[in-house]
Amino acid sequence: MHTKTIAELSSMLHSKKITSVELTEHFLQRIKQHDGELNSFVTVTDELAMQQAKAADAQFADGSAGPLTGIPFAHKDIFCTDGVKTTCGSKMLDNFIAPYDATVTEKLKAAGMVMLGKTNMDEFAMGSSNETSYYGPVKNPWDTKKVPGGSSGGAVASVAAGLAPCSTGTDTGGSIRQPAAYTALTGIKPTYGRVSRWGMIAFASSLDQAGPIAHTAEDAAMLLNAMSGFDEKDSTSVEEPVPDFTAALNDSLEGVKIGLPKEYFSDQLNPDIAALVKTAATELEKLGATLHEISLPNCELAIPAYYVVAPTECSANLSRYDGVRYGYRCDDPKDLTDLYKRSRGEGFGKEVKRRLMIGTYVSSAGYYDAYYLQAQKLRRLIRNDFVEAFKKVDIILGPTAPDTAFNIGEKNDDPISMYLSDVYTAATNLAGLPGMSSPCGFIEGMPVGLQLTGNYFDESRMLNVAHQYQKVTDFHQQCPKEFK
Amino acid sequence: MSKFDTKDVEKVAHLARLQLDDADVPGYAQSMTSILDLIEQMQAVDTKAVEPMAHPLDATQRLRADIVTETNEREKLQTLAPATEAGLYLVPQVIE
Repeated sequence: MHTKTIAELSSMLHSKKITSVELTEHFLQRIKQHDGELNSFVTVTDELAMQQAKAADAQFADGSAGPLTGIPFAHKDIFCTDGVKTTCGSKMLDNFIAPYDATVTEKLKAAGMVMLGKTNMDEFAMGSSNETSYYGPVKNPWDTKKVPGGSSGGAVASVAAGLAPCSTGTDTGGSIRQPAAYTALTGIKPTYGRVSRWGMIAFASSLDQAGPIAHTAEDAAMLLNAMSGFDEKDSTSVEEPVPDFTAALNDSLEGVKIGLPKEYFSDQLNPDIAALVKTAATELEKLGATLHEISLPNCELAIPAYYVVAPTECSANLSRYDGVRYGYRCDDPKDLTDLYKRSRGEGFGKEVKRRLMIGTYVSSAGYYDAYYLQAQKLRRLIRNDFVEAFKKVDIILGPTAPDTAFNIGEKNDDPISMYLSDVYTAATNLAGLPGMSSPCGFIEGMPVGLQLTGNYFDESRMLNVAHQYQKVTDFHQQCPKEFK
Repeated sequence: MSKFDTKDVEKVAHLARLQLDDADVPGYAQSMTSILDLIEQMQAVDTKAVEPMAHPLDATQRLRADIVTETNEREKLQTLAPATEAGLYLVPQVIE
């Protein structure tokens, strides 16, 4: 059951071949059996899951079940869940039980989905390897010596190992797409404003977006249907109609114009990944698409601009953790400044502190114009490159990450090389565009992902291209041997 | 290029209200120097004529009517606090 897609599980539930209780028990058993090795969950909510599964089965009995009713999922521990601990991977929030549900949590509940638990992640989503978590690193099911990527590391490891059929993630600079690429999964970062950020613990508010992680584009489309929509509680939510993302999956690719940015295929990219992405492009050409070389001349500025915007915004967002209203407080503070400094110093991990200091430095008096303002101007240049490109092509194809998953511990002493694993994904966040990763091959047994970038609110086109590609390939159907 | 030394780290750590372990300070100085060097690449671009981008869709801040929409949940929210008394949050004495 754990190798089936959501679409398959949904039809088994609707045709009464299985019940949600059976399905949920199966995945909870898988978690018990395997998660000791992977560490993909911070909290397993078995009792709540069984209650939700029973409620879902009641919906099948009374005929009110929808396409996602009774489907179990793993929820990233960045989304607030009323009554269930929400840690964001941090000691700071180790004892935090949110007093309300995030909008995404609410929507998935309303769709009848069953929450298996909350997944491990880089602390406050700051990381590309899941090694910054207070709860320890997550292992990659394809090779447990390697990282699963991050920050949605637990989210991908749980799905890749068959401990959950799908999961939620968040993506600020690549945190859904890079881990999806590292684990042979399909992950989508929607257009900025498509999915509500309300109740999703903030990292960098102008970049953060939530999205689904699953085995297939079809499953991702079903989940995105449930997650999307305008929310008046999120001031940056966009009032844009939400199409049925499954509707265009089977459209023909005849005449679809695919752009390949020449800058993405430079020396920075592992040549074997370049070859796999080009093979994928040829497959798409066989399906009727046409290939076009394009240029994104400012894309190399994405990482420098990202490491100004994201730290600046996080240093503002994380100022709320003061040891007073909620979260960790140090022992015996001698005065208020000591309370602030030690609560934050002891409650945050090393990478979070580093980014808070970078953000504080670049936004301090006298530096604002040189750093934050300059970065916001570069964002416009990066965005303009994409706008120009989308005058010529319908969709952009490239690699998701410059290499396959690296070893645990390999990049701990070198933040810059860690940051560069997001070199192809961060531009999408800076521009606010939708992006997704889909499996396109393996190098020495480790998964490789291709990245599709769509025009604003054109997630349907990306899902269509990914679905058509997945129909003629089987990379997304591969499972890691040890977790069959 | 920009050299960020241990004194700079201590200064910015104070501004960010972060107590650091003394042993970590040299490591931060080194890694923050390389991050600031990375960021420095931005300065090579002439952006005099470029408008900063505040929102990818150039959306403006939505406003709502000035009416009360939230209910008072003081008790529920204060159960999360490390220390409260009589509905107030407790901190170390500020005024002598």
